[in-house]
Amino acid sequence: MIEIAGVSKTYEDETVLDDVSLVLPESGITAIVGPNGAGKSTLLSIIARLITPSAGAVRVDGLDVQKTKSDVLAKRLAILRQVNHVGMRLTVEELVTFGRFPHCGSRPTAEDERHVREAIAYLGLEALSGRFLDELSGGQRQRAFVAMVLAQDTNYVLLDEPLNSLDMKHAAAMMKLLRRAADTFGKSIVVVVHDINFASIYADRIVAMRDGRVVLEGTSDTFMREAVLRDIYDTHIDVREVDGHRLGLHYL
Amino acid sequence: MLAGLTGGALVAAAVFMTLGAKGQWDFILAFRGTKLIGMALVAYAVATSTVLFQTITQNRILTPSVMGFDALYAAIQTAVVFFLGAHQLSIFDPRLRFIVEALIMSGLSLLLFRWLFLGRHRGLHLVVLAGIVFGVFFRSLSLMMQRLLDPNAFIVLQDQLFASFNTIDQELLLVSGVIVVATSILSRRLLARLDVLALGRDVAINLGVDYRRVVMLLFAMIAILVSVSTALVGPVTFFGLLVANLAYQALGTDRHRYTLPAATLIAIIALVGGQTIFERVFGFDTALSIIIEFTGGIAFMLLLYRDLKR
Repeated sequence: MIEIAGVSKTYEDETVLDDVSLVLPESGITAIVGPNGAGKSTLLSIIARLITPSAGAVRVDGLDVQKTKSDVLAKRLAILRQVNHVGMRLTVEELVTFGRFPHCGSRPTAEDERHVREAIAYLGLEALSGRFLDELSGGQRQRAFVAMVLAQDTNYVLLDEPLNSLDMKHAAAMMKLLRRAADTFGKSIVVVVHDINFASIYADRIVAMRDGRVVLEGTSDTFMREAVLRDIYDTHIDVREVDGHRLGLHYL
Repeated sequence: MLAGLTGGALVAAAVFMTLGAKGQWDFILAFRGTKLIGMALVAYAVATSTVLFQTITQNRILTPSVMGFDALYAAIQTAVVFFLGAHQLSIFDPRLRFIVEALIMSGLSLLLFRWLFLGRHRGLHLVVLAGIVFGVFFRSLSLMMQRLLDPNAFIVLQDQLFASFNTIDQELLLVSGVIVVATSILSRRLLARLDVLALGRDVAINLGVDYRRVVMLLFAMIAILVSVSTALVGPVTFFGLLVANLAYQALGTDRHRYTLPAATLIAIIALVGGQTIFERVFGFDTALSIIIEFTGGIAFMLLLYRDLKR
């Protein structure tokens, strides 16, 4: 369980996060949605100890992320941020193997290699495993980074816009994969997504943010309503039910 | 690849020790041996400090001299001569002086680092930027003090500040040797984490590296290593850039297990080979640092050009 208690983040006089309190469960998919600048990425980074909060605390399974040793947390929680630039020349397989670092340091055992192979297969990267990262397309690289985070084999996986630069096929495949990871391994996956329909279809819980605050915690049923969406996004979005899923027609 | 480089370094060392040797072998071996050990230590210090610095900054065209590490060293030297006099500089035990200088340098760089890293505007780029500004500051400060020095004291000082492999202080060799061994043990322990660090701050923290502690440790190591090389032979700016990049190119991998020794070996080959050419071909007519800076400058421009084309 991730407990977020009264977390704020201010830069100079700008408040990015304003007293956010939230509990994220031990399993299932939680989607964090909201307009640009709502503080979604900042919240994710604070949970993963990449940014120090100005106030408040985050506890993962009871461990305060600011006080617990980094290598202890690395076995429980993994994060992938939006922008991932690696200066080092690495193959996909080498990158994914780094995901095992918290468990084995630089000496992977057979067990670690199995995790790496599985993660690569999970993301359908077998054919690319020997390729260098700088020879891949944006979407392929994105999947390689997700594979690394999955190879880390943590109960909590935080993904900041994992659908970035993925085409329709791979975006849907990514969400299905996360769904499967949550269902089969009981992982807790927290994703920041922009497409509310992905959140509606695949997430167990939806957390909507705006102006640094959590404005709604709920499910597809409570979130995917025209009045709610108008409050959050300041724009009218038609919501229709298609095959039991609530979809927002935000292209119109 | 590493075996080839080791062979190359050994050949360069053998040629340096024996080429054009006339007369008493025990004198030649002791005389040239001191130089050789000195050059090997400098090669190690320059190569390691540059590779570590580039790993921290994730930038292939930066060297510790950008942070003003060697400018700080020059400023300390100048301040000693300026405030205590050239006489003090020469009667002071060089080992003690060296240790004090190394301590001041690591202390100041750690201070700079803590201040910038723990402050509100945290960030590596700010540290580097501040380092550049401090570098300019220290350079101007030493320049001003040098202007005010009397000519005799200035000559003593200048002797300290010019890169030269001909006047390596024997007593410093031992101290430097001990320091180099200590840092290499430390860097061996950090080796695995160095690879992770090269993936960038966020990924490194995600993978459980205590980023702040490791980077601080590395900054201290770099400061000490720069003191070693600068104390032994004076500032060598482009040299580290050259050998680090040659090592990356030659190996085709960025694993520190390979790049650190490879950069050191290439540095040894370049230094010892260069010194041999300098002594035997040019007959001591020029300065090794000129040859190094010349080739280093060209290599630097080629690297920039290649990056621009990509």
